[in-house]
Amino acid sequence: MTITLKETDAVVIGVGWTGSILARELTKAGLHVVGLERGSKRMPGEDFTIPSVRDDLKYAVRQELFQDTQLETVSLRHSPAETALPIRRLGSFLPGTDLGGAGAHWNGMTWRWLPSDHKLRTHIIERYGKNAIPEDMTIEDLPVSYDELEPYYDKFEKLCGVSGKAGNLRGKIVDGGNVFEGPRQNEYPNPPLAKSMAGTIMDEASRRLGYHPFQAPSSNASEVYTNFEGQTLGACEYCGHCERFGCEANAKASPNVCILPALLADQKFELRTHAQVKELVYDKAARKVTAVRYVDTRSGEEYEQPAGIVILGAYVFNNVLLMLTAGIGEAYDYKTGKGAVGKNYCYQVSGNAVTVFFQDKEINPFMAAGAHGVLIDDFNGDNFDHGGLGFFGGAWIQAGPTNGRPIATRPVPPGTPRWGSDWKAATAKWYNHAFSIGASGCNYAHRENFLDLDPTYRDALGRPLIRMSYNFRDNDYKLANYVGGVLGRLAKAMNPTNMSTPSVKKGDYSVVPYQSTHNTGGTMTGADPKTSVVNRYLQSWDADNLFVMGASVFPQNASYNPTGVVGALAYWSANAITTQYLKSPGPLVHA
Amino acid sequence: MADDNIPIRRRNFLMGAGTAVAASVAPPVAAEAQTAPSAANAPTDAEPLLTLTPTEHAFFVAAADTLIPADDLSPSGSQCGVATFIDRQLAGAYGGGARLYRDGPFAKAKPELGYQLPLNPREFFRAGIAAANDWSRKTYGKDFDRLADADREAALKAMEAGKAEFSGFSSRMFFNALLELSMEGFFADPIYGGNRDMAAWKMVGYPGLPATYREDIKKYFGKKYDKPPRSIADFS
Repeated sequence: MTITLKETDAVVIGVGWTGSILARELTKAGLHVVGLERGSKRMPGEDFTIPSVRDDLKYAVRQELFQDTQLETVSLRHSPAETALPIRRLGSFLPGTDLGGAGAHWNGMTWRWLPSDHKLRTHIIERYGKNAIPEDMTIEDLPVSYDELEPYYDKFEKLCGVSGKAGNLRGKIVDGGNVFEGPRQNEYPNPPLAKSMAGTIMDEASRRLGYHPFQAPSSNASEVYTNFEGQTLGACEYCGHCERFGCEANAKASPNVCILPALLADQKFELRTHAQVKELVYDKAARKVTAVRYVDTRSGEEYEQPAGIVILGAYVFNNVLLMLTAGIGEAYDYKTGKGAVGKNYCYQVSGNAVTVFFQDKEINPFMAAGAHGVLIDDFNGDNFDHGGLGFFGGAWIQAGPTNGRPIATRPVPPGTPRWGSDWKAATAKWYNHAFSIGASGCNYAHRENFLDLDPTYRDALGRPLIRMSYNFRDNDYKLANYVGGVLGRLAKAMNPTNMSTPSVKKGDYSVVPYQSTHNTGGTMTGADPKTSVVNRYLQSWDADNLFVMGASVFPQNASYNPTGVVGALAYWSANAITTQYLKSPGPLVHA
Repeated sequence: MADDNIPIRRRNFLMGAGTAVAASVAPPVAAEAQTAPSAANAPTDAEPLLTLTPTEHAFFVAAADTLIPADDLSPSGSQCGVATFIDRQLAGAYGGGARLYRDGPFAKAKPELGYQLPLNPREFFRAGIAAANDWSRKTYGKDFDRLADADREAALKAMEAGKAEFSGFSSRMFFNALLELSMEGFFADPIYGGNRDMAAWKMVGYPGLPATYREDIKKYFGKKYDKPPRSIADFS
């Protein structure tokens, strides 16, 4: 039996970055907001403390903080002709759960998209001609320009206390920053982190090759910082336990540190943990989501929470699942190209790496932060001429360890056996004398890469799993192999004692090795209700009181870690709700 | 704290007790001859077992000592507690299939789709060790743990290459899981029973905890970090 609760002004599904931001902005506007979080209440002071926060096995290997795949997962097939099988154990990507979501255990890379990323389809046609885009590459423009989003990027960076150096300050190009970025109105809130030995080697080598190195824009605060919510971040300790871990120094920006203490102190906000949203109650005739149904995961009891506004802020897969099961909008059909829910699922073209070894240099890889590398953007997006290359997009390229935790980080030169005396000798010799140069590439949408409902496998609530139809495509292989060549040039320019061969990308997408938790698309934003799920304010075309947050709204994935864009779009949408929608509830964009 | 100085002759004890598992393989005298020298020279794991059978434990000890042999850089895998670590991991949540989606149907799959067997890790290693010992007896006439060092190495190489024929799943898959779990035991914090005395961290120069390097990242730029490692227990 479902227990129906008293209506609230707004309900937020998922209390991670976007849920926290929207709840905060809506309560500031006077609304009563209920936050539904499927996991438990996790706060740094209790959950992330020395010594247990430094437990490599528990957090990095046994995946303590991530979604429990015993209860919920997704299935994968490489093409619609295959039968999908469930991802039984997380590997390739690691969605979060509990209060703060993946925002509690990310690495802190905080980017803006390039201006050309914002209008990708238009930009490519303008530069390379109208026939340049292959027919099955279903890329689109983000219907919000860089200039429109700039103040919201700025706001999210100030929330997080991002450390970095501007490369384009109001149009003035600044050496040492990312000279390819769009103009920013303000410098980063904090100066860059202390440079590592690996980063210094990368800086010198890339300058010798004529590239433009800069330090990663990092939500690991380089200095003690107080944000506009009155929340204070500590200074980064370079502990080398960032990704997959919580931060005991409160230096890594997270919803838990940057915003939740203020939100939880507000009487207008009510947090309900162990509240897993099962379905949206959709009134198709009224074009409203009238309520959400959730299960108390402690008791199994079901509740219906009516709400005036519904903010869908779960991870990509649950956003798409809740839209599909409620029948909001038209499900994507890859054969006809019609429908948009589930369309343009994208990921990240990563895994390119070269390891360099220096017998006379002490790298100290264990002194590191999550976003601590030195990068170049010379081969990213459309920062270089793609004429004749046969692919679009590019990658950011980075050197600088994030950690030296030896269960996973113990590089040995090529040809070393994986075990035995020779392996031991090489491991002991090179552990402190090596690092990797890596890349993260764009992933442009493809007609046959999409999400729908699995016909066979179910989650613990009895709902179908999201089925991912996904593989790397021609554009991805060409891009990765081009970038691999750059990695090789960089490695050689470092003049190492030894180096591995730049990897060549081949074969099917694998769910086993970690690549990135940058799953995107499925509820894409666009200018046309026929080919997108939400409008430019992230409002559903088919239910005007439903707003969808997160990377599921991306039309395709740029090379950058998505959180900066996700945070900026959350503030952008919140602004539209509080300044326009509350005054006149209804569609904010008329089709 | 484990008592590393008391070698246990688990096999010998088994022989004396007439346990069926060991007795079926070879005459007790031959087994004694094979086992005694290595047991006397290499003190192994003295911790009581939570889930492993004596045969399984002997397998993990022999495997750990072949994957991580004793030398100037560190004691052997089992001397560092790798078999104890594995016993505890397989007895706990991980071994029981925590965070593993186990709904059927199960199907053979390409490796890119990841682990697709119905077995949890405890069951997987039970089946895998049985298959490894079956293969070892067919190939060498003995269980894996009773092989001489050179044969153990050759046997693990055959499994690594997928050339050892196992029933159920490939020997390569078994070897990869064995190597992964053994390395976890060697390098994880000592609270889990492996990496005794932080031997693996000392071997590579990993300083462990507390990992607060705000000053040290400048002070030790380009220099070797010379402080001895500390572990979770040192701060508890």
